Amino acid sequence: MAEWTKHSLLDLKSLSVEEIEMILETAKSFKEVSSRDVKKVPALRGKTVVMLFFEPSTRTRTSFELAAKRLSADTINIAASSSALSKGETILDMAKNIEAMNVDAIIVRHSCSGVPLVLADNLSASIINAGDGCREHPTQALLDMFTINEKLGKIKGLNISIVGDILHSRVARSNIWGLTKLGANVTVCGPSTMMPAGIEKLGVKVSYDIDAIIPESDVLMLLRIQKERQDDKRLPSIREYAKIFGVNQERLRKAKKEVLIMHPGPTNRGVELSAEVADGEYSVILNQVTNGVAIRMAVLYLLLGIREPVSA
Amino acid sequence: MSLLIKNATIVNASKKSSSEKDILIEKNVIVKIGKSIKADGVKIIDAKGKYVLPGLIDLHVHLREPGREDKETIESGSRAAAKGGFTTVVCMPNTNPVIDNCMIVEAISKEAKRVGLINIIPAGSITKGQKGEELTDMFELKKAGCLAVTEDGMSVSNSGLMRYAMEYAKMVGLVVMDHCQDSDLMGSGVVNEGDISMELGLKGDPGISETIIVARDIELARYLNTSIHLQHISLARSLFLIRAAKKDGVKVTAEVCPHHFTLTEEAVRSFDTSAKVNPPLRTKEDVAAIKKALKDGTVDCIATDHAPHTYEDKEADFDHAPFGMIGLETAVGLVVTELINQNIISWPQMVEKMSATPARILGLENKGKIEEGADADIVIIDPEAEWEFKKEEVASKSKNSPFIGRKLMGLVETTICGGKVVF
Repeated sequence: MAEWTKHSLLDLKSLSVEEIEMILETAKSFKEVSSRDVKKVPALRGKTVVMLFFEPSTRTRTSFELAAKRLSADTINIAASSSALSKGETILDMAKNIEAMNVDAIIVRHSCSGVPLVLADNLSASIINAGDGCREHPTQALLDMFTINEKLGKIKGLNISIVGDILHSRVARSNIWGLTKLGANVTVCGPSTMMPAGIEKLGVKVSYDIDAIIPESDVLMLLRIQKERQDDKRLPSIREYAKIFGVNQERLRKAKKEVLIMHPGPTNRGVELSAEVADGEYSVILNQVTNGVAIRMAVLYLLLGIREPVSA
Repeated sequence: MSLLIKNATIVNASKKSSSEKDILIEKNVIVKIGKSIKADGVKIIDAKGKYVLPGLIDLHVHLREPGREDKETIESGSRAAAKGGFTTVVCMPNTNPVIDNCMIVEAISKEAKRVGLINIIPAGSITKGQKGEELTDMFELKKAGCLAVTEDGMSVSNSGLMRYAMEYAKMVGLVVMDHCQDSDLMGSGVVNEGDISMELGLKGDPGISETIIVARDIELARYLNTSIHLQHISLARSLFLIRAAKKDGVKVTAEVCPHHFTLTEEAVRSFDTSAKVNPPLRTKEDVAAIKKALKDGTVDCIATDHAPHTYEDKEADFDHAPFGMIGLETAVGLVVTELINQNIISWPQMVEKMSATPARILGLENKGKIEEGADADIVIIDPEAEWEFKKEEVASKSKNSPFIGRKLMGLVETTICGGKVVF
């Protein structure tokens, strides 16, 4: 395997195919660690990882924290509200203060696109993007790719449909970059008011008809429709969204036998997908969550670990 | 004391003189232009090899006083203007409090006079408090010294009210300027809606937010037979509409800003908040269209939209950093480098767009030209000088500019306002 050289993980746009494959490969060995009785390896002993989350998160934060702990790193959680910053402190200032305590990595989530890039430009700690605005959420896409690869044995040539609010989705953007790099045929599907113009330029097809794409899809990746975004009036109602784009058993009758139903969570049951589908035979939603820890261990290990084979 | 500028290559909007002349200034008036003028007891400025232009007039400047004197003051803004070759600026009303009554206009004029560097003409707001509800007392604003009204920072979204504003302003003799942007279409957009917003996940301002108001304003001006000045036009499509309207005889004038013909939306790719400006930087097609429109006369003026912001305010994340960049000190350099040296416009056209036409729009009969009897507002530019825009040399109180570190051609050497050397 080639040498890992990146200091930070900011997005999938800037990763090469080899780098993505290296993360996916590394995650395989770490997945095994999490299935042991003693779920811990000493790979990052003595390293300090800070989670700086400016947006609420349960899943991603917990996943990163478990990943770091299973690698024996020390972790600190900072649920930074914007109120902490209203005292005249900027994000950069806050991050510099944290770095001054000699931390090795800062895992950052922020509601504004670009914040991790600005931190990476100004700090020497490794920066891991845990979601920035509507731009990217690289570890989510990596765990999605890992799950697809695990279940279907490949990514190249698969028809993967991403369904929902594409405009506001960092998960969609990261997956588009990652999946197209690995050779998947990606289709994005959703309401026309939530489809950014020119998205075809990223190498995807656009559809507004979920029933037309279901039969050919190997993977249906459903995105959360954010009810709190309803104030911007892009949708008449959540009810109507569920009717047009919601995946239920009825719709899935036309799907491939091995179709994977994926969702980055948290799901709106009865909106993007019915409860039956979420808990049904095609759903790999919980596998995604499990694999998230392995992916994040791999990322932390590659960024912070000593360059030796995994002592798994 | 009198001033004598020797060996001047005079550039007016009509032409660049083919021979060098001397310009004699007494008090605040150009009294004589001719060959080898002899005068005793005068201060002499040798302009050999330099271009001598009428003082530049900027229709679009934010001086931030009153309210945000940490960003700019009338004094620091005057210095920045003088350094940039401007002798007259129109300051926008979105201060705190808003310039919506004669008391504030008088206070600004008083401070401008105390500073005593350049002419500052306040623009009043169109509606009280810029709330978009009731018209300002425009007669009183005019009497106090306003020459124009604008809601800059936004449009008057109520088209009915905008109609009344245009009718009323015409009656009292005020120029109506409009910041063309439909706020509903703009939403919370921070960059141009297009490839960059799509890719970076930043909220986009669709160009139609501008073009729809451009079209509305043109229709209002046509229907009411009044004139309207459209501020900081950023799009090819807007220019298409303006060109057609002019051809049709509608009394519409338009300004563009140097950053809109120099930079594209690519400048925000690195999330550099100094390139966050409203209207946003657009595409290379828009830049090309602006240059074409400058050349063919569709664009009447170049204005800076000088918008100072503190480092602290601009240090915020991209969504929350305020819009705007400073522009007074880079305008000449950018016009010379990007337009004149690229054969887009000539020196006389620069004078037309940065002095003569702004003077005409404002009704300043003795400005915008170098001739006997005109006001002694003059800028001397070294057209061959290359210089770097350095942060530590910025005269404005704020340093928010994506052009810091850029090498430019065309250096302002001397600025004379009212017969007095102010830079």
